[in-house]
Amino acid sequence: MAVVALETQFHVLAVDDSLIDRMLIERLLKTSSFNVTTVDSATKALKFLGLVEDELKTFETSVASEIHQDVDVNLIITDYCMPGMTGYDLLRKIKESKSLKNIPVVIMSSENVPSRINRCLEEGAEEFFLKPVQQADVNKLKPHLMKSRTKEEQDQPLINNKRKDMEEIYSPNKTRLRCSS
Amino acid sequence: MDGLVQLQKQLVDYTASLFHEGFLDDQFNQLQQLQDESNPDFVVEVVTLFFEDAERLLNELTKTLGQPSTDFKKLDAHVHQLKGSSSSIGAHRVHRICISFRNSCEEQNVEGCLKNLQQVTHEYSLVKSKLETLFRMEQQILAAGG
Repeated sequence: MAVVALETQFHVLAVDDSLIDRMLIERLLKTSSFNVTTVDSATKALKFLGLVEDELKTFETSVASEIHQDVDVNLIITDYCMPGMTGYDLLRKIKESKSLKNIPVVIMSSENVPSRINRCLEEGAEEFFLKPVQQADVNKLKPHLMKSRTKEEQDQPLINNKRKDMEEIYSPNKTRLRCSS
Repeated sequence: MDGLVQLQKQLVDYTASLFHEGFLDDQFNQLQQLQDESNPDFVVEVVTLFFEDAERLLNELTKTLGQPSTDFKKLDAHVHQLKGSSSSIGAHRVHRICISFRNSCEEQNVEGCLKNLQQVTHEYSLVKSKLETLFRMEQQILAAGG
């Protein structure tokens, strides 16, 4: 095994219900020398992160018991549109969690919906990538990881200057089914 | 090795024609760039998954449209998946029809959906055949020592 400086080995958790997209994102991330774990649902992501929910109270974070895990995840990249818990729900849970809120979260989506993008960025997502995700997108991740590493001691919310310049467009007729939350 | 050079040229030309005719788009290039010595079969693996996924979805779409009362929500969910996976591998024409297909679903237009299903089935079989040809050519090159 090559000896790598611990500082530079980042661990990314990728969440996507599509097997093809999981394969893609894994290759993209590994090409950038990240360690990668992929899961196919937000629920599995939370389990992996050590955030275990009471089965009956899925959306009340006050009863979420946080189990200390040895797993060190430096970034979470998740698809938006997933059956059950969406990427947005996952993002919210992470940001509401004391132990996980400083982990940068990136959202991916195949759909360019400005209101969706804005909502995610406002909820604390670092970036929003349109699918198919490119190497150029993945190259944007390292700065977020370096930033989060240096601010580990501080507890300041990150102000994202890279917000996509978009107006909020509300279209009530646009029923994109299970993702239109 | 004249034969090998010929094969390689044929592959280059064939690949170029697939892009030119819109069967594939730049995303397919992205896939190829992700392939290397440590992942020599990456493209074939991903594309094979796409074939399996697409066939499953096309079956589901056919079944759903065959029901007496059309479940547009279900239809749209399947088309959304197909749209996503075709986009992820660069199957440009399939992806484009999925966009129209989703519009037909949104409009709850059964006729439109039936037409789109026909189109997407056709485009899928075309791109599948082309990609299989591409992979066969690559195999021939490998076999010839390339």
